[in-house]
Amino acid sequence: MFETVIGLEVHVELGTKTKIFCGCAVEFGAPPNARVCPVCMGSPGVLPVLNEEALKLAVRAALALNCKVPKESKFDRKNYFYPDSPKAYQISQYDEPIGTNGYLDIEIDGEKKRIGITRVHLEEDAGKLNHSPFGDVSLVDLNRVGIPLIEIVSEPDLRSPEEARLYLEGIKAIMQYCLVSECKMEEGSLRCDANLSLRPAGQAAFGTKTEIKNMNSFRNVQRGLESEQVRQTRALLAGETIEQVTLRFDEATGLTSPMRSKEDAHDYRYFPDPDLPRMFLSDAYIEERLREIPELPDARRARWIADYQLPVYDAGVLTSSRDIADLFEQAVERVLDAKLVSNWIMGDVLANLKAQGIELRDTKLTGALLADLLENLKRGGISAAIAKDVLKHVMEYGESPSKIIAAQGLAQISDEGELAGIVTQVIAANPKSVEDLLAGKDKAIASLVGQVMKATKGKANPQVVNRLIGEQIQAIREAR
Amino acid sequence: MIGEMDILQMRAALDAGERTSASLAQDALRAIRKRDGEVGAFLRMEEALTEAAPQALHEASPLAGIPYALKDNLCVAGREMTCASKILKGYRPPHTATVVKKLQEVGATLLGALNMDEFAMGSSTENSAYQITRNPWDLTRVPGGSSGGAAAAVAAGFVPFALGSDTGGSIRQPAAFCGVVGLKPTYGRVSRFGLVAFASSLDQIGPLTRTVEDAAMVLQTIAGHDPLDATSANLPVPDYRAALTGEIKGLRVGIPQEYFGEGVEEGVSRAVNAAIEQLKALGATILPVSLPHTSYALAAYYILAPAEASSNLSRFDGVRYGYRADGVADLLDLYKKTRGEGFGKEVKRRILIGTYALSSGYYDAYYKRAQRVRTLIREDFLCTFANVDVLLSPTTPSTAFKLGEKTDDPLTMYLNDALTIPVNLAGLPAISVPCGLSDGLPVGLQFIGRMYDEETLLRVAHAYEKAAGQTFDALRRQGGIARV
Ligand SMILES: [Zn+2]
Repeated sequence: MFETVIGLEVHVELGTKTKIFCGCAVEFGAPPNARVCPVCMGSPGVLPVLNEEALKLAVRAALALNCKVPKESKFDRKNYFYPDSPKAYQISQYDEPIGTNGYLDIEIDGEKKRIGITRVHLEEDAGKLNHSPFGDVSLVDLNRVGIPLIEIVSEPDLRSPEEARLYLEGIKAIMQYCLVSECKMEEGSLRCDANLSLRPAGQAAFGTKTEIKNMNSFRNVQRGLESEQVRQTRALLAGETIEQVTLRFDEATGLTSPMRSKEDAHDYRYFPDPDLPRMFLSDAYIEERLREIPELPDARRARWIADYQLPVYDAGVLTSSRDIADLFEQAVERVLDAKLVSNWIMGDVLANLKAQGIELRDTKLTGALLADLLENLKRGGISAAIAKDVLKHVMEYGESPSKIIAAQGLAQISDEGELAGIVTQVIAANPKSVEDLLAGKDKAIASLVGQVMKATKGKANPQVVNRLIGEQIQAIREAR
Repeated sequence: MIGEMDILQMRAALDAGERTSASLAQDALRAIRKRDGEVGAFLRMEEALTEAAPQALHEASPLAGIPYALKDNLCVAGREMTCASKILKGYRPPHTATVVKKLQEVGATLLGALNMDEFAMGSSTENSAYQITRNPWDLTRVPGGSSGGAAAAVAAGFVPFALGSDTGGSIRQPAAFCGVVGLKPTYGRVSRFGLVAFASSLDQIGPLTRTVEDAAMVLQTIAGHDPLDATSANLPVPDYRAALTGEIKGLRVGIPQEYFGEGVEEGVSRAVNAAIEQLKALGATILPVSLPHTSYALAAYYILAPAEASSNLSRFDGVRYGYRADGVADLLDLYKKTRGEGFGKEVKRRILIGTYALSSGYYDAYYKRAQRVRTLIREDFLCTFANVDVLLSPTTPSTAFKLGEKTDDPLTMYLNDALTIPVNLAGLPAISVPCGLSDGLPVGLQFIGRMYDEETLLRVAHAYEKAAGQTFDALRRQGGIARV
């Protein structure tokens, strides 16, 4: 049958405070044209000046993607007329990008696969055209113009939509780990265009490819590519030829359809930008960027599996985001029980985030706070049920779990004398459950434990309660 | 009378309390109103003048209280600036050029905006969308270009100095035609921020003045690194007036044979040769030299400059500012009509040449090859400067030509810049100083210096000027400038 060949072009917005060639603040969601100045608006007579921070992040990103970073690089102008581009050219890099010949490893069906990265180049973002609600006009918002971007171009090494998604997730994790970008697809700080073609299995030459745009989530990248894969397969089987077109993914229908503009007809007339001097990167400069790269997800995953005997699945989930991974690492250093920490992060922490649709950094939770909570739990100082509630509170307000437990009297009651009295009362008040238990229906104990918990507002140590109920029932049985 | 005064003389009058900056400005504006109808140097004049510069400024800078004017491609926030193009009619930039900021800081008085060839493309100022500028020496002749308004304004005595821009000779050629001093600094010596780009890798701002010392004073004020221009050099600015010692004994002056070819008029050769004799008399060593790739410079320039211009001028699309065509069907139609109606013929010609040169399939044959020629030309100069301290040539092959004489023949027009263009391609500093008259019209003498060595350039030009007595005023007494 057919083999699928996919290549991705990924755009990552660099997390600089200001734009790449002017001093305007980078800010998502500002009112239209509120973050602009004469330079990014392309007023006559203005000149671009490179933001050194953007270059640093781009070099760091290229190195983290195992690229070669040449000692010299330059900016070129990509010329095209469109209202999203106020200078009518985009400052980009053509034949001397910041990084070349890199790779990223993904894991598919338990196997490691290396995906080649052709190049990483630095450029400025374009503006946005919004259709006006007040009639047949387009409104131009230039806030995004000049936000620094890197474009990461993969080799056509991906063989399935799933591989494409895994590769994209890998890029995101590395960019986040290196503090290059927050990579929020929903805010457009991570964007992805894809090329897809089919060829008969065993054939060396590539088939005709189509380009797919507008896939704005990880899931939609996979969906869009799957849909295009199906479309091309059907076409080829029907004896049709594939046309080289640009397609747009429609989230609602899950289908791809041709875009109106004929992008391929462009001649961008690239030439070196005379306003920006060549960049010379010293060995020391590149060394410094290398030192800025932290332990990356792959290495971290392997270390945790070896050092903490963490299950492969847990290690994978916990390293998929740097914030989560840092949380785990900080907590486990104090709690010294990797599986306990892992269970709580993968369980309640992630569930709480998902329920609220927020990221870890939007909460007040830190590794130290989580460790404090789990230490209380481990010591038997609080019950698991109480711990769940305390965690929610900590995530929202960032207060110390020990303080919350003390202040609200949440500490677990393990004192046998205190609990024995409560158990006696509960047994006296629930003759039906007692009879069931005496009749050998062991499940009835749960109801009694529940009553004790209710009476102690969840603070009773369940193990002690279980034992005390067993002892008192035994005493009744013996008394009869 | 103000028309007779250069910067130094005005400075003296201000310091002696004989004049105030306000009276200098008022007199200048009166002269412009009265006589610029014939010359056509000014596109716009300042209506309300700023307060007289405070005394502290007068002590700090020789330019405090001195009136001046700007070529109309330099931005002043809130003031109309058109680049002499219809496409920017009514446009008011939101920002001020760094050179203008520096002049504002020292308290110089801006009088207005000067005519030019549209977007600085031309050698006669006849490509202005608004008006013709006439040469004050002969009102039937061109003032040169593209900074023709600036040269004419200084020659007519309206202002003692003006700022122009030089991409292929646009300061030096009109300075030569109008008998004034024109200085193109080293590429990177003066910030380009606020200069509307024609060809970014060649453009440089510089002064037009009546004397070399005045040019040194203006350069002193506008030079220096600017964080807003990544191509401006981060080098200390020397004391240029201190370099004007009058002493050039032993200075090695190279005479490039390629700059004295058959295209150079006899009257021009005669004046330049007399200047060479004068330099000998001052103790300079005259050495014949060769710059073998000179003949390729013009062709390379007319690839590179239009290529950059085609990109630089793309922003004038009618979307955000400037002229916008009416009755358009769609976006493409808006672009076509706005640019078709807004740009003049020469600008369109160069945009087309540049677009072609950068097109895929032609890039290597044109743009890339022209860049290689540029490297060869730069190397020619580098080799030569191992043996000489400064080069000397005519600024232009001819004196000012008649209005309309070359407008139908762009190639002959382009040849006018053959002796100034190589300097821009190499990024070197050069100055044009008057060196006599030919048939009653001024002849320009060009000195070319090493990168960032404006000091030697100014020193030799100043020494020549002093010894030969060939100042603008002296020429006028000899030649009888048309009384405008
Ligand atoms: Zn800006």
